[in-house]
Amino acid sequence: MAAVQETVDRVKAIDVDAYKYGFVTDIESELAPKGLNEDIVRFISARKNEPEWLTQWRLDAYRRWLTMREPTWARVHYKPIDFQDLHYYAAPKSTPGPKSLDEVDPELLRTYEKLGIPLREQELLAGVQTSKVAVDAVFDSVSVATTFKAELAKAGVIFCPISEAVHSHPELVQKYLGSVVPVTDNFYATLNSAVFSDGSFVYIPPGVRCPMELSTYFRINEKKTGQFERTLIIADKGSYVSYLEGCTAPQRDENQLHAAVVELIALDDAEIKYSTVQNWYPGDAEGRGGIYNFVTKRGDCRGPRSKISWTQVETGSAITWKYPSCILRGDESRGEFYSIAISNGYQQVDSGTKMIHLGKNTTSRIISKGISAGRSNNTYRGQVSAHRKASGARNFTNCDSLLIGHDCGAHTVPYIESKNATAVFEHEATTSKISEDQLFYCMQRGLSAEEATALIVNGFVRDVLQQLPMEFAVEAQKLISISLEGSVG
Amino acid sequence: MLEIKNLHASIGDKKILDGLTLTVKKGEVAAIMGPNGSGKSTLSYVISGREDYTVTQGEVLLDGVNLLDMDASERANAGVFLAFQYPLEIPGVATMTFLKAAMNAHARANGQSELQTPDFMRRVREAAQKLGVSQDMLKRPLNVGFSGGEKKRMEILQMALLQPKLGILDETDSGLDIDALRVVSEGVNALRAPDRAFLVITHYQRLLDYIKPDTVHVMARGRIVKTGGPELALELEKSGYKDYVGEAA
Ligand SMILES: Nc1ncnc2c1ncn2[C@@H]1O[C@H](COP(=O)(O)OP(=O)(O)OP(=O)(O)O)[C@@H](O)[C@H]1O
Ligand SMILES: [Mg+2]
Repeated sequence: MAAVQETVDRVKAIDVDAYKYGFVTDIESELAPKGLNEDIVRFISARKNEPEWLTQWRLDAYRRWLTMREPTWARVHYKPIDFQDLHYYAAPKSTPGPKSLDEVDPELLRTYEKLGIPLREQELLAGVQTSKVAVDAVFDSVSVATTFKAELAKAGVIFCPISEAVHSHPELVQKYLGSVVPVTDNFYATLNSAVFSDGSFVYIPPGVRCPMELSTYFRINEKKTGQFERTLIIADKGSYVSYLEGCTAPQRDENQLHAAVVELIALDDAEIKYSTVQNWYPGDAEGRGGIYNFVTKRGDCRGPRSKISWTQVETGSAITWKYPSCILRGDESRGEFYSIAISNGYQQVDSGTKMIHLGKNTTSRIISKGISAGRSNNTYRGQVSAHRKASGARNFTNCDSLLIGHDCGAHTVPYIESKNATAVFEHEATTSKISEDQLFYCMQRGLSAEEATALIVNGFVRDVLQQLPMEFAVEAQKLISISLEGSVG
Repeated sequence: MLEIKNLHASIGDKKILDGLTLTVKKGEVAAIMGPNGSGKSTLSYVISGREDYTVTQGEVLLDGVNLLDMDASERANAGVFLAFQYPLEIPGVATMTFLKAAMNAHARANGQSELQTPDFMRRVREAAQKLGVSQDMLKRPLNVGFSGGEKKRMEILQMALLQPKLGILDETDSGLDIDALRVVSEGVNALRAPDRAFLVITHYQRLLDYIKPDTVHVMARGRIVKTGGPELALELEKSGYKDYVGEAA
């Protein structure tokens, strides 16, 4: 309840054009020259002191990428991206590699404070929050700080920048990197494989329940810089982890490219819960600038009875192209996808999921809530398929769209494919508008038009919000109303 | 308290209110009766600021302040409350959440600090108990799946919490069973106060047996065609509207 109140306060306080996180941090940074070629790939690899196998892996990806073309099937429109006009590596100069918090540039810490990220463990410990969150912060291309490392190490959990894991746990990285999203997967994933900068690495040993939420915050700061994170999470047999991802970027007139790859692996009886609040700069009220968010996220339920659940709140980016998916390989494994995707202004969202049922008695559940306002377009694209051997596979899909105003669009594109007669797939979809009657009713009780809209939308997305960890849900609720700012009246 | 002068309002090109004049004094309960389609609900919407209607002429003043310059939420925060003939459902929004949002909006608009949660809970519980609204209903999404009678009680509960200057009840009695009618009426009577006025729209004397009006107005064809005391309602009960329907034409 308090959250709703805060939500409506926030709506009042914030201007349409005023993206809250749109500040630039003044830090000297080291940039790779613009453009992409084998030398740049080698440069990135060398900056990170990578072993030869990884350099080769990147180069293979790069050569493959040269033969590929940008996908055009999504319902999004943008001018061709000049891949030679981007920087593929940017690192704050004062932080050549991950360090302890005390050594991190205070300017960076202030940036994260502005973002409301509790980087300092002390703050957390002193705070009222009862649950702890370990944070890995990625600034442009480099991971700058990981908190709570020691405590996690006690439980045997590895949580560190992937650039560090390459050195400290090469066997794990080599075994799992690219095992869910192959190097050849798609244009952006392949590009990411060639030039990925940093990201988080998580390994939960067998039987361990990760003692706290793990969290990564991404921020793009440098101009004309692509951000290519790579996240790899492995939950070994019988383990559990909940992982949160948040992102921001400064306001810029030009579009910035973000092409991440996230791979999740759940072994026998393991469970991974992955939550995202995506709040990249969406562009201004005229549709100038904003992030192109072309992301490949995939989870592999490799072991029997394993479970992977994606929860996402997507409010940012000029263009979102994102389909967090589950490969249900292990028998009786389960995949879940809970999504809130909000578009306003000129934003374009093409997002959804894939549930690939390979094992016996695998189950999946998809709950998608799309909200379109302004002149935006919002497409849900979902694939559910059952392999020949996936007897007893079950899926339930519920896909609701809410329209605010008359100039926006909502589209639902389900692909359903079953090669096994015993598979049962259910699909429900609705499209509705916020009715004038509902708005009037709320306003008659004293709520402003914007408060009323925020309240109704929060009601609409409630099923999904409930899936988020508590602190995140509150944050998400605020974001929802901020992103709907200017959509009524 | 409420002064409506020569009010003309239409929706699209359909004229619905046609020179309506009505005064309700502080502390007064005014009943409005009239045939179906005579414009009673429209009047309640125009007073409370629904946007679909165009006011082409006239004034609506609450304590001397022109309501027509305000939007619906400003009017609500200035003390206008409408108990809807057909209350709306708000899926996914817990009734408690809604009540708190409404009460806080009123508090803010009137320069007061927002209610502390325990305070809020106590006030809701007390009011709910009086109106026979269960705790379970308060947790459910507002009005979703509520029976007709439950929705009406919820409207009165909201009115009790928001303490308006002017309460407009649009056919609050319809859909109520005999016991609920009594409970709801008692709820309204408890809110009667020297500085609060009510506009009670109804078709039946039955409600007015419980909520005793000070004045009764007959509305036909978009205007008030007759004003009298409580006895007027009893008369109407016997003779219907035939005398008035022609008169307004
Ligand atoms: N949106 C609308 N479009 C066209 N006509 C409308 C609209 N809303 C109301 N009307 C008409 O205005 C007239 C008055 O309607 P209103 O609902 O105010 O009547 P009422 O007195 O409340 O009737 P009842 O006793 O049945 O509730 C009716 O003829 C109705 O059909
Ligand atoms: Mg009516």
